[in-house]
Amino acid sequence: MPPPFRRILVANRAEIAVRVLRTCRRLGIEAASVHSEADARAKWVREADASYPLGAAPVAHSYLNVPEILAAARRFGAEAIHPGYGLLSEKASFARACAEAGFVFVGPPAGALERTGSKTASRAAAAAADVPVVPGSSRRLAGLDAAREEAKRLGFPVMLKADLGGGGIGIREVGGEPDLEAAWKACTSLGASAFGDGAVYVEKRIDRPRHLEMQVLVGAGGGGVALGERECSIQRRNQKVVEEAPSTALDGEGRCRMAGAALRLAAAVGYRNAGTVEFLLDRSGAFQFLEVNARLQVEHPVTEETTGLDLVEWQLRIAAGEEAPKPSPVRGHAIEFRVCAEDPDTFLPSPGSIRGLALPAGEGIRCDFGFDAGDTLPPFYDSLIGKLVVAGATRAQAIERASRALADLAVEGVKTNLPLLRRIAASEAFRAGDLSTDFLPRLQRTETG
Amino acid sequence: MTMIRSNMAGVIVEVRVKPGDRIAAGQEVVVLESMKMQLPIAADVPGTVKAIRVKPGDFVNDGDPLLDLA
Repeated sequence: MPPPFRRILVANRAEIAVRVLRTCRRLGIEAASVHSEADARAKWVREADASYPLGAAPVAHSYLNVPEILAAARRFGAEAIHPGYGLLSEKASFARACAEAGFVFVGPPAGALERTGSKTASRAAAAAADVPVVPGSSRRLAGLDAAREEAKRLGFPVMLKADLGGGGIGIREVGGEPDLEAAWKACTSLGASAFGDGAVYVEKRIDRPRHLEMQVLVGAGGGGVALGERECSIQRRNQKVVEEAPSTALDGEGRCRMAGAALRLAAAVGYRNAGTVEFLLDRSGAFQFLEVNARLQVEHPVTEETTGLDLVEWQLRIAAGEEAPKPSPVRGHAIEFRVCAEDPDTFLPSPGSIRGLALPAGEGIRCDFGFDAGDTLPPFYDSLIGKLVVAGATRAQAIERASRALADLAVEGVKTNLPLLRRIAASEAFRAGDLSTDFLPRLQRTETG
Repeated sequence: MTMIRSNMAGVIVEVRVKPGDRIAAGQEVVVLESMKMQLPIAADVPGTVKAIRVKPGDFVNDGDPLLDLA
C-alpha cells in the first residue's frame, strides 16, 4: 500500500509524539514535530525530520498555540496534522481551523468532536442509540438547587462532573447533601479554568466498578470495526496507571454486546477514525456508558499488541480516505504500565532531569518512552515519562514478563512510580484479575495489613 | 527573618495572603502548579507576612523564596 500522506506535522509532545513519528518513519512519511522553549532539545525534536518552535513553555503559548502550529505545518509543507492525545486533540475548533487552513486533521470530524465533547450530549446520544448509560442527569444543571434535586432523586453518593471535563479533572464524589455545595464550587471552577466552561452534571456513583473501554476504528465511508476492550480499572486521581487487554471480566458474549454498543454510539454521533467508548462495569457484571474519548488513547498499545494492528497507521489511512481494516481476532494478552515522574506513595509530581534510564528488552516487551537519559522533565507538562507494554500468549505469561521487565527498568534523577508498579504486578489481587477502581486503596490496605 | 520557600519547581497559581496578614503554622499560603497538579504550599511556622516575592504566573524552582515573614 502506498503511504497515506507524503508529509505530516505532529502537534504534540513527549511519548505520543515519538510514537507517531515512529509509524511515519516505517510508512515512509516525512514528519515534523513542534516544541516549546522548554522542550527545544527533546527526543521528538531530535527524531523528527524537522521541528518548529511554538513559543514559551506554558501550553497556552506553545502546544495550544493554534496559529503557530498552523504556521509550522505551512512551513513544512504538511498535508495533515496529527494531534496526539490531550492538548488540542479533541478540540472541534482546532479540527475546523486545520480544515480551513487546508490541512487534514487526523481525527474525527469537528461535528463528532462537538457531540462527544459534551458528556451530557454524548450521554443523550448513547441513550437514543439504545446503549445503557450510567444513571444521571440528561442535561447540564442550571444551578446548585438543580444539582441537589437531581442528587436526591438518584440517591447519594453521587459523582459531580464538569460537562466538558476529561483526564480525571473536574470530578468530585459527593457522599451526602452537606458536601454538595463545596463539590459544586470545585467542579464549576475547575471546569471553567481547565475547559473554559463551568457547566456541571451529576451521575449516580457506581459502587467499586471496573473501568472498561472498547476501541473502535470507523472508516472514511462510515464502516466501523471494534478491536476489543481494554481494562483500565487501576487508577489514581481518576487517571489510569495500568491497563490490559483483554479484560478478565468479559466473556465472548459480553464482549460482543459491548462492541455492538460502542459501534452504535459511534454511528449515532457521525464518528470517523480511531475512538474509544468508555464503560463502567458494575458488581453484577452489567456495563453502562461513561464517555467517548475521541482520539488515540495513551493505552492504545495493548490493543496493538493483541490485534497486530498499528493504530496510528490506521488513523492516517482513514484520514486519507481509506476504509477501516477487517475485524482482527484478539490474540494473547497485553499489559501497559505508565511510568510517571511522581512519588510512589504521595503521588506528588517530581519534575527534573533524567540522569539515567535503563529500558528492558526481550520477547514481548515494548517501551514507548518520550525521553532519553540526559533529557529534562519540565514542570509545565504531564508527568508521564513512558509506557512499558508487555505481551504474552496468556495473561500469566504477560505478568511474568512484566515482573522481570519492571525489575530491569530503572530511572535515575527523578522520583518515579516504579516501586508502585512493581507492587501492583506482584500483588495477589492483580494476579487473580480481581480489579476495580478502588484497587490501589485496597492494595495499600492489604500491604499495611 | 523567616522565609517560606517553594518545595518544587512549578508555576504560581494563587497567592492566598497579603502583606501584613498574620498566618498560622500549617496555613496554605501559595498554590503551585507542577506537572498539571495543583499543590498548596503551607507555612511551616507562624508569623506576619512582610513581603510577597511571587505573583500568579511566575515560575519558581525548588527552594526559591515565596514570602518573607516578620
